[in-house]
Parts: sequence; C-alpha cells; structure tokens
Amino acid sequence: MTFFLVSSAIKVFVVFNLIMVGVALLTLLERRVCAWMQDRLGPNRVGPQGILQPAADGLKNFLKEETSPAMADKTLFTLAPIVSFVPALLTFGVIPFAAPLPTRWGVVPMVVADLPVGFLYILAISSLGVYGIVLAGWSSNNKYALLGGLRASAQMISYEIALGMSTVAVILLAGNVTLSQVIAQQQQALWFVIPLTVAFLIFFISALAETNRLPFDLPEAEGELIAGYHTEYSSMKFSMFYIAEYSNMVTASALMATLFFGGWDIPFTSWDSTGDPSLVKTLATLAVFGLKTFVFLFTYIWVRWTLPRFRYDQLMALGWKVLLPLVLLYITLLAVAIWFVRIRLGWDYGPGMAWVLGGLNLVLLIVLAWWLDRGRIVSGSVPQEAA
Amino acid sequence: MTLTVFWIFGVIAMGSGLLCITRKNPIASALWLVVTLFALAALFVLLDAQFIAVLQVLVYAGAIMVLFLFVIMLLNLGRPGPTDIKGPLGLLGATVLAGALLLLLRPLGQAPLPAEIQLPPGTVAALQQQRGMVGAVATPLFDTYLVPFEIASVLLLTAIVGAVVLAKRKL
Repeated sequence: MTFFLVSSAIKVFVVFNLIMVGVALLTLLERRVCAWMQDRLGPNRVGPQGILQPAADGLKNFLKEETSPAMADKTLFTLAPIVSFVPALLTFGVIPFAAPLPTRWGVVPMVVADLPVGFLYILAISSLGVYGIVLAGWSSNNKYALLGGLRASAQMISYEIALGMSTVAVILLAGNVTLSQVIAQQQQALWFVIPLTVAFLIFFISALAETNRLPFDLPEAEGELIAGYHTEYSSMKFSMFYIAEYSNMVTASALMATLFFGGWDIPFTSWDSTGDPSLVKTLATLAVFGLKTFVFLFTYIWVRWTLPRFRYDQLMALGWKVLLPLVLLYITLLAVAIWFVRIRLGWDYGPGMAWVLGGLNLVLLIVLAWWLDRGRIVSGSVPQEAA
Repeated sequence: MTLTVFWIFGVIAMGSGLLCITRKNPIASALWLVVTLFALAALFVLLDAQFIAVLQVLVYAGAIMVLFLFVIMLLNLGRPGPTDIKGPLGLLGATVLAGALLLLLRPLGQAPLPAEIQLPPGTVAALQQQRGMVGAVATPLFDTYLVPFEIASVLLLTAIVGAVVLAKRKL
C-alpha cells in the first residue's frame, strides 16, 4: 500500500511537470514552426534559439494586470479557467507512457492509474472541458464571448459523438477498453492503424475539432469574434485557457499514438514487450512514445498553419452529415467483418486478421476518397466548359 | 475507509442537490446539478461499477448538462427569475409535503433488500474478472434483456422524431 501510494505520488508529480514543461515548449514550437512555414525566423531572442521564450511569456502573464469586467458574474468568471484547466490535466492519467520500470521495491507500471474503464475515462473527463469555455463565454457578459461559448458547446457536443463512435471500432477489435490491454494486443501483431485506418482518420478529424484547433477553431475565430470565449480574460486566467488547450492537444496526440500506433511499442521488435522489465527498456519505450506523440503534435501545428478556417455551417454539416453517418456505416461493416473473421474463420487477432481488415479498410478508403472528391479536387473545382 | 468515502460523497450529493433546487439563477442551478452527478458517479465507483460511473459522467455531465447550459444561454434565461414558492402559505405547504415525503421514505430505509435483486457476495467481481468491466454490463444488456433494451431504444427514437416534428412545422 505504501509502495503504491509513494510510486503513484511520484508518477503524478513527474507527469504533471512533464506536461507543463511540454506545453510550454509546445507554444514555442508552434511559433517557430509557423515562422518556418511562413519563411520568417520567429522568436529567437530569449536564450539560445528562443528556448527561454515560454519562461518569459509565463513571467509576463504572472505580472500582468488582472482585469475583471464590471458586469461579469465574478464567481463563474473565476471558476471558468479552473474548470477548463483541471480536466485537461486529468485526462493524461490513464495513458501508459513506457514499459514497466523495475525498482528495488517492485515493478512500477508506467501509467498513473491503469483504470479498468480505460479510455472511456478520457472521453468522460475531456467532455467536461467544454464547461470552462461555456462558462467563460457566459459569465463575461460580452456578446462576442457568449457567441464563442455557444459555438464551442455545439461544436464539442457534435464532434464528441464522432470521436466516441470511432473509438467503438477499437473496442470491437480489442474487445477491451483498458489502454494497457489495447497496447498489449497491438504488440502481438500489427498496430491498429492498419486494420482501423478509417476509424483513425475520423478520430483525427474529430480530435482537431474537440481541441478547438484550426481548421475548427470557430469558438475563438478572431476575425469575427475578437477572441471568442476568452475575450475578457487577461494575465494568468487567459494563460490557463491557453495551457488547457495545449495540454488537450498533448493528450489527444498521446491517445492517437496509444489507440492506433501501438503506444510505447517499439516497431519491428518484441524486445520491449517480452522478458524482464529493465531501466533501458523503460527509457527506450518512453522515447518512442514521446516521438510518436511529437509526430502528432507536429501534425496539429502543420494543419493549423496550412488550412483556412471552416465556416460554421460547414463545420456542423461535416460533423452531423458526413462524419456521423460515415462512422456508423463503418462500425456496421467492421462489426460484420470482425464477426466473420473471428467466429466463422475462428482467427484470433494476429497479422492475418490485421491484414484482412487492412485490405477492407483500403477498399473503404478508396470508395470514401472517390465519394468525397466527386470530380472536384482531382479534376479541379472550376466546372468544365461544355465542348 | 469505504464508509468514510461514502459519507463524503453522500453529503456532497445531498448538499449540491439541495443547492440545485434552491438557487434562483438557472446557470448556478445547472452547475450544482453537475456536482450532484459527479458525487453519484463517485458512489457508483464505490459499488465497483466503474463503467456506470464513467457513463454517468460522459452522458449526463458531459453531454446532457452541456445541452442544458446551451439552451439556458441561447434563450438568455441566465438571470435570476422569480421564485416558484409563492408567499408564506406556499412555503408552509412545501414544508408539509417535504415532511410527508420523508416520512414515507422512512420505512424504505429499514426494509430488507428483496432477494431478487441481491447477488451472493463476489458475483459481480467474478463476472468482471471473466468478462471485463464493460462486458459485465454488455452481456445482460445485449443478450438476456435484448428485447426490453430494443424497446427502450425505439421509445427514444420516437421521442426524437416527435421533437423534430414539433420543432419543424413543415418538413
């Protein structure tokens, strides 16, 4: 019991600090990558290559004057950043980030809490983040903030459905919701991205919308809403919304790596998952997990500085009229395929089953791309002139 | 330990439930209801029903209450309105009715649990060990009680269609 408590406390401390430092560096990364993509230099003055810029920004936010709108609802106005911040940090707790670490007192699993309900916990807690945004929008007593809050609640509810449904595909294949079990299954054979490619795509798009990132950052669309729900916020309260957004990004990236890309699994070798746990394995798998998460974080930034923002009706139409029917159809097809392979052919999850499902996904992807295109992208958006 | 945790969350659930029905501001009311739902989820965890607890947070706190807030904000009802209890006579009536309800609930606390809903100790733990946390709920739902479950789904579908028809006069 004491061992469990002490190791958990240490893990909580380490994970919390890693996320906070990661988020700080991520803000710098975003600005540098943006600058790089726009052929600029970006912040490079504070410390070598601007590495201390996040610290300077943090200090600035602490020292800035805290404004409080006269007509705002004081309690909710203060509560909103907290409500946004806490769920964003809670969600990382169930994600396993490395192979178990052996210590003198026993083996420590490298996850803060390996809950039996697994990623359902992440879906549940991350669905609470919207309260912060809604309350911020409402309590500011500002019509732009209110519009931002309204948009956020509608958008996050809509895309949560597609997000949850795409994880149903993982449940169907893995037969389990515990993340450590999901990783163990992927270690035996192929990563789930091959048998579940379409689910991964839907998950990725929905995760962009859930974290309010471009091209779905309608709640804070600066061109029309000033800054949306955090228009009235300043100093550290504003900063907390910012940290919440970035730590949601970290969690979403880590979740994508875990559900579809094998978590801390090192590809093409079973050295990391078999045999006795050792310190080298823990460090190596931690590095691989970090790399996978980083790839998705980079993709987030890449998408942000590449695509323009959707219109609000386009956003809603994509969520309800494209993603939701698509994911329902996909789950039905996938359930039939899994039933056929598992019950009729009697296969367990292994390379054979993964490749069969991968082939099915490839066919579905081609059909999907053909349907989404409908003679627009490949043949150009300008209508062909009649001959 | 378990008893202490039960009391903590029980008191939170009762307290926030009371605050939910006594606040005049609809937004505050809705938020206190969210706190109640959380405390109930914690009580579900104490009963070894983590799956139900997560669903409680996911569906009620995460989706339904957000829609509640959405509607309150959209209709701009967020300012304190007049109270429902009108005058001292209404207050007296409410107190009498609440007392009567508590009296009616008293025998329920002392009555033994019916044998039909009591499982031998350890059954749920064994089932969860065998089928997993989600499977323990899924098997009865989609196997033993499939027909009632489907009927409930059709009922919900009817409600949705009805709501759409009422909201959109001409389709």
